Amino acid sequence: MTSNAVIQAKNLDLTFQTNDGPVHALKDVSLDVEAGDFVSFIGPSGCGKTTFLRCIAGLENATGGTLSVNGMTPDEARRNRAYGYVFQAAGLYPWRTIGGNIRLPLEIMGYAKSDQETRVREVMDLVDLKGFEKKYPWQLSGGMQQRASIARALAFDADILLMDEPFGALDEIVRDHLNEQLLALWARTNKTIGFVTHSIPEAVYLSTKIVVMSPRPGRITDVIDSPLPKERPLDIRDTPEFIEVAHRVRDGLRAGHLDD
Amino acid sequence: MTLVLLALILWIAAWWLNVRLANSGLSHTQAVRFGVPLIFGLTILVVWELVVRGLAVPLVILPPPSQIVARIASEVPTLWADFVQTFVKGALSGYVIGCVSAFVVAILADRFDFLRRGLLPVGNFIAALPIIGTAPILVMWFGFDWQSKAAVVVVMVFFPMLVNTVAGLQETTAMQRDLMRTYGASYWASLMKLRLPAAMPFIFNGLKISTTLALIGAIVAEFFGSPIVGMGFRISTSVGQLALDMVWAEIVVAALAGSAFYGVVAAIEKGVTFWHPSQRG
Amino acid sequence: MKSFLPVLTVVAAIFALWYLAVIPMNMHAALTTAERGGAVISPEGAAARRDLSGISLAANNSEHIASTFNQDRPRLPAPHQVARELWDTTVEKKITSKRSLVFHGWITLSATLLGFAIGTGLGIVLAIGIVHNRAMDMSVMPWAIASQTIPILAIAPMIIVVLNSVGVQGLLPKAIISAYLSFFPVVVGMVKGLRSPDHMQLDLLKTYNASNAQGFWKLRLPASMPYLFASLKIGIAASLVGAIVGELPTGAIRGLGARMLTGSYYGQTIQIWSALLAAAIVAAGLVAIVTLIQRVTLRRMGLS
Repeated sequence: MTSNAVIQAKNLDLTFQTNDGPVHALKDVSLDVEAGDFVSFIGPSGCGKTTFLRCIAGLENATGGTLSVNGMTPDEARRNRAYGYVFQAAGLYPWRTIGGNIRLPLEIMGYAKSDQETRVREVMDLVDLKGFEKKYPWQLSGGMQQRASIARALAFDADILLMDEPFGALDEIVRDHLNEQLLALWARTNKTIGFVTHSIPEAVYLSTKIVVMSPRPGRITDVIDSPLPKERPLDIRDTPEFIEVAHRVRDGLRAGHLDD
Repeated sequence: MTLVLLALILWIAAWWLNVRLANSGLSHTQAVRFGVPLIFGLTILVVWELVVRGLAVPLVILPPPSQIVARIASEVPTLWADFVQTFVKGALSGYVIGCVSAFVVAILADRFDFLRRGLLPVGNFIAALPIIGTAPILVMWFGFDWQSKAAVVVVMVFFPMLVNTVAGLQETTAMQRDLMRTYGASYWASLMKLRLPAAMPFIFNGLKISTTLALIGAIVAEFFGSPIVGMGFRISTSVGQLALDMVWAEIVVAALAGSAFYGVVAAIEKGVTFWHPSQRG
Repeated sequence: MKSFLPVLTVVAAIFALWYLAVIPMNMHAALTTAERGGAVISPEGAAARRDLSGISLAANNSEHIASTFNQDRPRLPAPHQVARELWDTTVEKKITSKRSLVFHGWITLSATLLGFAIGTGLGIVLAIGIVHNRAMDMSVMPWAIASQTIPILAIAPMIIVVLNSVGVQGLLPKAIISAYLSFFPVVVGMVKGLRSPDHMQLDLLKTYNASNAQGFWKLRLPASMPYLFASLKIGIAASLVGAIVGELPTGAIRGLGARMLTGSYYGQTIQIWSALLAAAIVAAGLVAIVTLIQRVTLRRMGLS
């Protein structure tokens, strides 16, 4: 085990008690994520990819195994504001302007007023939303809202960014554009990113490490280290290397299904 | 009889005009939207006037609008005194006390899940009861003056306001609450930043319902005893003297006060919850 | 069922507070009676005690606390006194008796039900008219909405007296007030309900070339049911309030409102409270019945 693992899961188990009996959401999940990694979690619905991300965020508590984030328990990490979290929907507060929404975590965490202003301006630049500070969320398109929610997660400069299907609700063209921007942002900020998706091209295009998961019980079936270079224009998706990795992911997903 | 005939013709003409306006291409313009109900209202007033005069309806059954207006004009000081007694002293003070205390209790109930689960069904139950019936008791306790009217209003507005506020504080989505948890936000931070703003549409719903209840409570409570001033007092004594024009004058004042009160709260709501889909239009 | 215990706790707390409140509320009267009976009270004389609070008097004369729960004309009757009065005037009295609450309750209830039926019927008819006629919509709807901000109840006394003077008495005037109060909530709710089908559902019917009538019976009416029932619950409660208030101005001698009024004239607090509780029970019962019909109907329609 290397010591610079930012997220370290060992034999993680999570069982939900429901009315129809216990549901094995996660079984025996082990994974190391290193600083600066871009890790995608991919798999069919019910494979536990979102649940795993929520465990890392301390929003769910594992029932077995160990999990550490920045060397702390997920709950401590949450209290130390170790990560920014981006949800499936932008979830911006309609009563706050875009600027106000991005300022929200800063207010809660008690940043100084002047510091708040500079940080809001910085991250709005980062996600290309300059000039929209005074607008309200409902006045923006879906893609812009999601960008604002990413800016909100970046505002307090945690070195981990957790994203739960952030572009799932957007159309293909907007999604491509945001994927490109996300890579540029990652290259500039050097954050560790955990990214849940159910799109194979998206996972392959973005990640340095692809975690293939499968359901009943939710578990990891394959971990693929991407051979693609860090610099990735959109048309890299037509190269043989890209198609090769996509194949492996698809095979992994299929293998997981054959167990049923 | 000619007057009645005239009323009939006027009614048909106005209705025809409204049908034409409503089905014309202009029906979405602001002017027509206001104009159509206005024409309808004015027509009713004129028809009322003509029919009452034409059939010589006795004053003690239905006075014509013109006489009601004349009565309002000649009784301004009395009407004003009644308004101050019933609306400003009784309804308004009770409204403020009732709404504020319901709000505080709702925040407390929201803090403790057990209390919330107990208070919400009980509050809903009580809100459906004829609370106005407590008026004779409260008049007995607090005396004939405005204090007892304010007390009736407090009891009447408390439960609708409580139920709405508690329901509103529950109005956040799981995702919004998770977001607050990822920030490690304290109870107060998430109350002030998330749950209270999200509850505002509900809170204002409670405030709006309460405006009407407050006026009803203050007026009806006066039927159970009051000093010799107040809208409810004036209505019940004028009814006794068969001075129906005075009764109608008080009703006009009550209607104006009620609408204005509601309008003010609705205007504040528009400012506070401008972000809500129902306000964005 | 999860909220059974919390609800029970809240109800128990209300009764406990009620009992506690009885002590200071009735202390002055209880001490005056006791002093007259020869007991030694500190301080002596009702006049000396007038400005002292009930709580401090209770603390100084704790042996007389028990008697606050059994006053003849208490400022605040204890729950068991109200319960006993309710029992006496419902179960123990013949229902034809003028002192039976069942008798008075029925007077009020019949006016409520008649008024509610009239108000609801007219409300639904007007709502259908509004939805199908643009002119009617634009003319009437703003007034229907505005009327909800007006204290309509204030005209109750006038309606009673005016109808009285043209010879209409008894049930009908009260029913008219009830009808009036339930009318507007039903109109507003029903219009909302009839308009609730979205564009896609309406377009689907258009692709079938369905007539207006078919659209009404197959789509609009079923879709309006949840809204209608929500309004009916408000309407029935408002109807009861209307019937009760309708009994006040003429000095009626029958009905729950009349019981409250005579009780307040003669200082019969227990009578007021029992009438109030009876009204609450009737209201709860009516709302419960509407809720039950709502559940059965919506389940049959597969909407719940």
